[in-house]
Amino acid sequence: MGTSAVALSRREAVLSRAGGGIARGIAIGYLSVIVLVPMAALVWASRSQGMGTFWNEVTKPEAWSALKLTLGISVLVAAFNALTGTAIAWVLVRDSFPGKGFVNAVIDLPFALPTIVAGLVLLELYGPNSPFGVNLAFQRAGIVLALLFVTLPFVVRAVQPVLLELDREMEEAAESLGAGRFAVFRRIVFPNLLPAVLSGVALAFARAVGEFGSVVLISGNIPFKTEVSSVYIAGQVESDNPAGAAAVSVVLLLISLAVLLLIGAFRHWRTRHDR
Amino acid sequence: MIGRYALRFGALGYLAFLLLLPVGLVFYRTFEHGVAPAWDAVTSPQALHALWLTLLIAAVAVPLNTLFGVTLAISLVRHRFPGRGLVNAVVDLPVALSPVVVGLSLYLLYGTGGWLGGLAGHGIKILFALPGMILATIFVSLPFVVREVVPVLREIGTDQEQAAETLGATPFTTFRRITLPAIRWAVCYGVILTTARAIGEFGAVSIVSGRIEGKTETLPLYVQSQFEGFNTTGAFAASVVLALIALATVVAMRMFRPGGEAS
Repeated sequence: MGTSAVALSRREAVLSRAGGGIARGIAIGYLSVIVLVPMAALVWASRSQGMGTFWNEVTKPEAWSALKLTLGISVLVAAFNALTGTAIAWVLVRDSFPGKGFVNAVIDLPFALPTIVAGLVLLELYGPNSPFGVNLAFQRAGIVLALLFVTLPFVVRAVQPVLLELDREMEEAAESLGAGRFAVFRRIVFPNLLPAVLSGVALAFARAVGEFGSVVLISGNIPFKTEVSSVYIAGQVESDNPAGAAAVSVVLLLISLAVLLLIGAFRHWRTRHDR
Repeated sequence: MIGRYALRFGALGYLAFLLLLPVGLVFYRTFEHGVAPAWDAVTSPQALHALWLTLLIAAVAVPLNTLFGVTLAISLVRHRFPGRGLVNAVVDLPVALSPVVVGLSLYLLYGTGGWLGGLAGHGIKILFALPGMILATIFVSLPFVVREVVPVLREIGTDQEQAAETLGATPFTTFRRITLPAIRWAVCYGVILTTARAIGEFGAVSIVSGRIEGKTETLPLYVQSQFEGFNTTGAFAASVVLALIALATVVAMRMFRPGGEAS
């Protein structure tokens, strides 16, 4: 900035700064109208009848049970993704086989496929009409399956670039010093991948907690059994209890914010050597 | 050696059962009785209207998010201003937040008794109408362009931009001749992700649209209403259209992926 300010005449400098400021102002205004104002309205609505009502709505047996189920299943799905996602990334980077490019491209499919289509198809494949005779419809296992589908890319896509950049000389050095394959993975590869795995897991967890479209058909939405929080919220809107919907939504919002903070911390950790 | 094959077939088998079989099944179920019933189902007036509405919403949301995404990315990387950290955090929120919560927040803001609920009385209908659906779609697809452009802007640095300015280029010329060519592939990639998300959005739009058949029903909402109305042919035919868009998206993602073949 220093050199340019000298070169520009004073008037131009003032104009350009004003132009940049206006563009920035509009962009931040846009962000506020689209995101911040609705979020503020949500938080306000959840508290408009006092903290007591808010707490009552969150701890209502049906809402509380949905929250517990959502968090439990999301932890399970995120943890499972840590394993499968790392394994898939490993196979895609270190292994070679015909059709690898195709498999690599297919990983993005859950990002691109509308969630309701995913839900419909999983219900058809692993529901009452299953060609394999596996019926997971209206069961918690069905929810797990839908969530595994939609969260698949997160860990794979977080780990892949790190694995690609990982210096193999370190592994070779360890092997030449007599370390077994498992020791090499545990002592060399795993510590290097960990921040990326955790970022991917955190994103997968956030996605699992909020997921709606893929779950709504296969779960059957049975209260106390297969009703997750996002479906509960939609149900409360339909049965005209916006206060209940808003209270549970604020809990989900807080979880999302916490996950984002965590991801920021992982990013900080991963780049600590670059700074 | 055995370990390597076990890992390979384990990973590929998992992907086959979780990804490929389901997507293959959409096509099989749609066309198992021939092309004619599927074609009739996607060309029904209600389905065509849903498709048109979906494309219309994307046609508004994607350009807006692209324009503001690039502006916001430049502001975040090139300028220091109060509240920058907050803006940075808010941009990521739509990725981590449930679409149902997004829908509800708009429902509460523009609904009866909401802060902006009075607009409906002045003839500006937002909830259960197109504007609300557009706002919900913009919300959920907001971060993609910003998140793709920010790292590229960081990487290219400011040397060339400063040189251009020193040589007398106006800020707009500098942007058009230096910055834009450097970020254009990242913008394209962001646009692809934004479009896919805008077309496929279900939860947020489901709540703000009121799901009025033939009026505020997008293609994903149509899939659900047809399935629940026991018209599985219609549901699967519409799903095939969406799956084809998804496949095109995946192909486009391969072509524009930052870093080329590397990842």
